[in-house]
Amino acid sequence: MTATMIKEFRLPDLGEGLTESEILSWKVAVGDTVTLNQVIAEVETAKAVVELPSPFAGTVAALHEQPGTVVEVGKRIVSFEVDDAGSSNRGSTPAAGNGSAVETSANGSAPAGAADAVGSPAKREPNLVGYGAVVEHTGRPTRRARGQVQEAHPKAPVPEQPRSAPVAVPEPETASAERPRSTPPVRKLARDLGIDLEQVPGTGPGGLITREDVQGFTSTPETVSEAPAARGERETRTAIKGVRKFTAAAMVQSAFTAPHVTEFLTVDVTATMELLGRIKGNKAFEGYKLTPLTIAAKAMLVALRNNPTVNSRWDEANQEIVQFNYVNLGIAAATPRGLTVPNIKDADQLTLRELSTALTELTDTARAGKTSPSDLSGGTISITNIGVFGIDAGTPILNPGEAAIVALGAVRKAPWVVNDELAVRQVMSLSLSFDHRLVDGEQGSRFLADLGAILSDPAMVMTMI
Amino acid sequence: MLTDQAGKGVHQGTPGPGQSAPNPLRTGGNLLQLVSPEGDRISHPEFDVWVKDIGDEQLCSLYEDMTVIRRIDAEATALQRQGELALWPPLLGQEAAQIGSSRSLRDDDFVFPSYRESGVAYVRGAHLSEIARVWRGNASYGWDPQRINLATPQIIIGSQSLHATGYAMGVQLDGASTAVLAYFGDGATSEGDVNEAMVFAASYQAPVVFFCQNNHWAISEPVRIQSHVQLADRPTGFGIPSMRVDGNDVMAVMAATRVALDRARKGGGPTFIEAVTYRMGPHTTADDPTRYRDPNELEDWAAKDPILRLHKLLEAKGLLTEDVAARVKAKADAVAAELRSSCIDMPDPQPLDVFNHVYSTPNSWIERQKDHYSRYLNSFNQPVEEGAL
Repeated sequence: MTATMIKEFRLPDLGEGLTESEILSWKVAVGDTVTLNQVIAEVETAKAVVELPSPFAGTVAALHEQPGTVVEVGKRIVSFEVDDAGSSNRGSTPAAGNGSAVETSANGSAPAGAADAVGSPAKREPNLVGYGAVVEHTGRPTRRARGQVQEAHPKAPVPEQPRSAPVAVPEPETASAERPRSTPPVRKLARDLGIDLEQVPGTGPGGLITREDVQGFTSTPETVSEAPAARGERETRTAIKGVRKFTAAAMVQSAFTAPHVTEFLTVDVTATMELLGRIKGNKAFEGYKLTPLTIAAKAMLVALRNNPTVNSRWDEANQEIVQFNYVNLGIAAATPRGLTVPNIKDADQLTLRELSTALTELTDTARAGKTSPSDLSGGTISITNIGVFGIDAGTPILNPGEAAIVALGAVRKAPWVVNDELAVRQVMSLSLSFDHRLVDGEQGSRFLADLGAILSDPAMVMTMI
Repeated sequence: MLTDQAGKGVHQGTPGPGQSAPNPLRTGGNLLQLVSPEGDRISHPEFDVWVKDIGDEQLCSLYEDMTVIRRIDAEATALQRQGELALWPPLLGQEAAQIGSSRSLRDDDFVFPSYRESGVAYVRGAHLSEIARVWRGNASYGWDPQRINLATPQIIIGSQSLHATGYAMGVQLDGASTAVLAYFGDGATSEGDVNEAMVFAASYQAPVVFFCQNNHWAISEPVRIQSHVQLADRPTGFGIPSMRVDGNDVMAVMAATRVALDRARKGGGPTFIEAVTYRMGPHTTADDPTRYRDPNELEDWAAKDPILRLHKLLEAKGLLTEDVAARVKAKADAVAAELRSSCIDMPDPQPLDVFNHVYSTPNSWIERQKDHYSRYLNSFNQPVEEGAL
């Protein structure tokens, strides 16, 4: 039987003082044989995209992180199964914990998948990982960033308290941003005992927490057991990931690169609502789902014919303005996973019935969470239908890469002046945000005015096509 | 670009309006080249004599050294990516400049390098572990400077030129025939230290050689922005004679360095050598040159690769036999393996080691601090040991 070992590779600090890197891609798969210094992954740090060379010759036993993941320095990213003899690739047997490659003994006959079970951390943190500051507690004094008191809580749960799950605990009212006053050896003692110094009353001079305070604290765990549990329900923390993370990034990027202008127009849509009623009664539209959104979308596609400027894109890389001669109409959709903006390809070529079908399909697919990536890319202009929530107007943020977005408000009955007399009419607010880098107020205003004109008098379409 | 075009007799005819007269302190033509990028030996009336002793065996030996230091560079870069070194400044592309110059030195000459001269350290006789340990963060120095007459790598840009000049002035007082050589880069010529060093070197006619590896990039700053004249014309303003050589041509570098060292030994004063080369890698492993550098530029310089050029010359001469190729490869493999093992097996420094090299003689104040720190560490109830250093 050939004796093998599982050796782990932990993400090193690839720059000077970096704390994390993103795995862009793996160049190897589980089961692959790798040679020393063979490129195994591509990783992006805050400073550069770099290739990671394998520190071992052997077989890839497990890849612990997926591409696209941002990994903290010092975290295990890949395990190798190597011959015991193979360790000579690193010279002689490496000094324990010296460097990022960490070895763990494994039974020679263990299957490759057993690597996952070998999760026990090295006895000492690697010296060079996160150099400049020790990554985790190694028995040396560790400085904790001020103002991150809450974050530090989950890392030191009190063992005697089953309820003190790693839920973030709000600061006590009296807590300051300063860490509790104590001395490094006492801090270490508290850390070793799993005691959070925030919870320990200090009896030393000036409230200093002494060794006795910490030791006394352990013997009376019941005095603190209530506090974290009682407070734990006052906030819920959810990791920022997936669609939320993507949405946030897209919104920030859009808001801070495209100078937004938002214009509002409130229009009397009584005629449109009457038209909608007539169309619904038309046999040709039996079985089609028609809503104010359908008509508004069609109206928008018509208004774009004379105002193509708003259906465009700022191409920063090429320093060009791209005006689209087609319309991929994005519809903001609230899905279980969060906000997505799938688009209807070549919407300007569709008849009202086709548009209705496409809208229904698009929203159904989005709500089922099955929107394909191709449906999410390539949009040229968007609609967000905030009216369904009973909202009148807003200042929508552009879908990145597009120059305009229209928010449709709720259709409500309201007093309105008709022929110099007050009347109760159905009224709707339109909000148009546009990218002022490439759309001027004139062009945005004309587009919004045309859209309003159609919705207040659908016959105006005759003048536009 | 006013930097790298090879050619001779650039100062032909009478200078036109706005053109300066030939610079009498510049020698070697516009760019001294003895081996073309295609591997052809180019004869030069003035400089051939300085390399006439370089026979077949020496050529193979230069090739071996250049190949080995490129391998050291690749292995160290990999070690950094594997978390075994904190940082590494690659020398890729500068092998001829480093080997040609360092192989021209005598053992008793004294060298003041910057941080990129790992190839020079190898030639001077630094152990591989000594080259690695500073970059691993295990020590604040690499080797004993007195053992190999090589100062510790200087991180501060250009300040070693002052140290070299001062050392050279000391050599003058000793009346020795030792020469001093300072390495720095193109960016350093814009620093005050280098300019001050040239003032002193010229004033005292100190036996120092300023060896500038113009690798075209001061991190992300291109040399053409830093200097509106060729770098070799900067020292002539101080009255220091200069040469501009193809830094990727190991023969030209050797010839120029030998001329300069000879001048220094004979009381002829300082010399400035601009070795025109190219940093083919990043500034350090923490840098990403694709963010500021045109990839076409890298391609152009790959065609002028210093090792490839010597490889072609050796092949043309029929010197690159299987034996030679195998010997060079075996040497490079062995050096890389030794670098790796000596780096990984290096003992960690111990906390109290930090006090060891503050003073060369016992010092009560340091002892007191050491005692305090020791007691502080003991308050963690952990054994405190002095390490291997």
